[in-house]
Amino acid sequence: MTELAEHVAAIGRPLKRKEDARLLTGKTQWTDNIQLAGALHMAILRSPMGHAKITKLDVSGALKYPGVEAAYGAAELGDLNASVPCVWPVTDDMVAPDFPALAKGEVRHMGDCVALVLAGTAAQAADALEGIVVEYSALPAVINMDDAIKEGSPLVHSDKGTNKCYTYKLQPQGDGAYEAVKAKADIVVKRRFVNQRLIPAFMEPRAVVASPMGTSGELTIWSATQVPHVLRVLLALVTGVSENKLRVVAPDVGGGFGGKLQCYREEILCVALANKLGRPIKWTETRSEDMMATHHGRDQLQDIEIAATKDGKLLGLKVDLIANMGAYLQIITPGIPLLGMFMYPAIYKMDAYDFSCIGVFTNTTPTDAYRGAGRPESTYAIERIMDELANELGMEPMELRKKNWIKHEEFPYTTVAGLTYDSGNYEAATEKAMALFNYDELRKEQVKRRASGDKVQLGIGISTFTEMCGLAPSRTLGALKYVAGGWEHCTIRVLPTGKVELVTGTSPHGQGHETAWSQIASDTLGIPVDDIEVIHGDTRTSPYGMDTYGSRSLAVGGQAILRAGEKVVEKARLIAAHQLECSANDLEFDNGVFRVKGDPSKEKAIQAVAFEAFSAHDLPDGLEPTLQAESTVDPQDFSYPHGTHLCAMEVDTETGKSTIRSYVCVDDIGIQINPLIVEGQVHGGLAQGIAQALYEGAVYDSDGQLLTASFADYLVPSAPDLPSFVTDHTVTPSTTNPLGTKGVGEAGAIASTPAVINAIVDALRPYGVNDVPMPALPMTVWRTLNAARQGGK
Amino acid sequence: MTKVSITVDGVLHESEVEPRTLLVHYLREQVGKVGTVVGCDTSSCGACTILLDGRSAKSCSVLAIQADGSSVTTIEGLAGDEWHPVQAAFKECHGLQCGYCTPGMVLSAVDLLSENPNPSEAEIREGLEGNLCRCTGYHNIVKSVALAAETMKGGKK
Repeated sequence: MTELAEHVAAIGRPLKRKEDARLLTGKTQWTDNIQLAGALHMAILRSPMGHAKITKLDVSGALKYPGVEAAYGAAELGDLNASVPCVWPVTDDMVAPDFPALAKGEVRHMGDCVALVLAGTAAQAADALEGIVVEYSALPAVINMDDAIKEGSPLVHSDKGTNKCYTYKLQPQGDGAYEAVKAKADIVVKRRFVNQRLIPAFMEPRAVVASPMGTSGELTIWSATQVPHVLRVLLALVTGVSENKLRVVAPDVGGGFGGKLQCYREEILCVALANKLGRPIKWTETRSEDMMATHHGRDQLQDIEIAATKDGKLLGLKVDLIANMGAYLQIITPGIPLLGMFMYPAIYKMDAYDFSCIGVFTNTTPTDAYRGAGRPESTYAIERIMDELANELGMEPMELRKKNWIKHEEFPYTTVAGLTYDSGNYEAATEKAMALFNYDELRKEQVKRRASGDKVQLGIGISTFTEMCGLAPSRTLGALKYVAGGWEHCTIRVLPTGKVELVTGTSPHGQGHETAWSQIASDTLGIPVDDIEVIHGDTRTSPYGMDTYGSRSLAVGGQAILRAGEKVVEKARLIAAHQLECSANDLEFDNGVFRVKGDPSKEKAIQAVAFEAFSAHDLPDGLEPTLQAESTVDPQDFSYPHGTHLCAMEVDTETGKSTIRSYVCVDDIGIQINPLIVEGQVHGGLAQGIAQALYEGAVYDSDGQLLTASFADYLVPSAPDLPSFVTDHTVTPSTTNPLGTKGVGEAGAIASTPAVINAIVDALRPYGVNDVPMPALPMTVWRTLNAARQGGK
Repeated sequence: MTKVSITVDGVLHESEVEPRTLLVHYLREQVGKVGTVVGCDTSSCGACTILLDGRSAKSCSVLAIQADGSSVTTIEGLAGDEWHPVQAAFKECHGLQCGYCTPGMVLSAVDLLSENPNPSEAEIREGLEGNLCRCTGYHNIVKSVALAAETMKGGKK
């Protein structure tokens, strides 16, 4: 047998990541690295127009270019032109237009797919796009959401007769009705916030290789996706290729942030064509394609109204959203605002809540999940309006929050939106954050700088947030009309040599699951972390899974790991008891070793048991050989991470430039498996949330031209654009799962945006500024300040 | 087609390339150095950064024929018997998550430290301005480079 190392407790240790060795030496397998003999490369001709009729399309010219084997428009593709699926029909009467992979006669956003070429190399395919003759007749475009829902607006889908996709309402009636509590309010504050459109901008562009050369006639699809399992089901449904003939592999995947949670038209095209032609088909997008054809995020108009008493007690909240669907619906486009719906009341107690959302079509790239998906939008709106209410009441903004938040002794607490938060301690996280931040000192400095008329003003921004993670109990998803479930799967095999294979249904793309999942299994099995191999992202080796998004992988997938590991130990215990000639109840299990109670000299390591289970010479009667177990866990409830984020901002009143002086956050994500990974997740989330506040925004002109269609025009922050962060935590274990974990992938992105904007508004409040549009670029801040100084705002 | 002689990670390659071939495509498709990756099409992201005769360069903005006679070091050739101190520091400080920007980030950091062995935090941030990362928020990348500077001062390089 192999030499076995001793187990030491792994959960809670900041172990260096297993993944790093290959990533730091270039020994990675990105999808674009895959080169198959005989492959054809796909290039796509995309619409340069926001909205137009295709009056002529002749792809035959492309066939004259070197290396070209085929060219297709919608006419040539015929029945293979499958439609992109939407799995979340949020209302029974939702308008769901057809979304063909190649446009049929009309393009509805810049980047819509018009035609494609297959050639021997990527360069040949790209060259041959020049040979396609296409003529467009421009149609009126509608970009602005307010315009799109007006009578007489140009229609994105003329056959539907409306740009409204759906209207969704959550309106408790009777005593809980908002209007009733509003009538009793001393103060009502109403604002419109614009949560601008963002582009996920993961670093690895999307890529697909579809090969019909599988060993049993199967079609293998490698894709830069975060959802190989979901993708397999959907590709089977839309292309008609039998599900058991489809193998989907997510190899090394370079970021996702929700942007790779999709069944994309390019994936559909590669599969359909590989299946038809019997040749591997490969496609890798350019960054410019990515910016216009990968789904976008956010893009909501938020009309929010809050009612309170004069001493600052919240009474009710009314939220009216208009949410931009884009030109078509993708996988969960219509559901994104509903993920936020439950979270507008956030951590606050109130009597009434009224929510409505209108989904609207425009001639823009479809929207869908982007880090936080609905919850950054809700958190932004509530945390912004809390500051506005505090200002109008003349209260300190943290005092207003303290007066209204759920106290730690009040959990479990059912919010006005109907969620039951199991646990939390907002007081502890806030106290720690304020101490780290030197909150009181900064407030004093602010007073001084205001008094002295310093040209650089100091602002303090607060965000006391919570979110719901652990997507999701399958019954809840069903009640919300989401088509799939929310369970997660794990199989654990202890091999004859004592090494472990852990097969997970989660699909990491930067999160470090290979390390963190090893830590959980290590403590459950008593086997060292380095002896555990985590297998993921291939539907042949991990056939069951719901993949990675919504901070669900640990909160849900972790439960399956724990349960599978416990089942392995239960089986091993029976074998050990048999061989040590005692009852199973007489065995203790500690650090991977079974010992007879009262006679510790009689012992057997779990690795030795694994060999016995393999040789099967001396097993208890009726017990099956091999030491393995699987578990599929449906979570009983969501988990609710929370935290307090504080931002100190220096705003130059002459130039409008905002510079973060310090950023402190104390997050409570429950029990941490690997604090090193947790900290990294928080940092990355902060960067994306701060980027929404300060830098990023996808901009269209009135014709539907995306003006930010490259990294030269869309401002993804680089190192000098961001500060170092002060991160810390409190630990209030979740009670909804046995590991006590909550989820951390989205916390930073959800919490930070309002903290940053609140800080800028706070700095400029003495000048009469009560809001700053995002992104708060220097020019925008300067204009806002200038307008306020002139009494315009 | 044009003939080029380029030493890649210590091995001389003589190849025929189309004159329009970018160095990054030459490295990936003709030499098989797929550790070097493409992240954008505007020379903005730096994911394709390599060392060209010892200095960092974005291999998407160099033609293969311009590199004729040069020596290229990619992420795959950076380590000797042991990892380069920058690689080790990135692992130690969790300076990477998905790892897609990492080859370019590491090689830019190597060049930064060769130019300025003792950089301040601000100098590290400025020095990496041409490399985008979407995962880490740069916090741990900055720490990694600072740690690598310390290690290399100790003569461990």
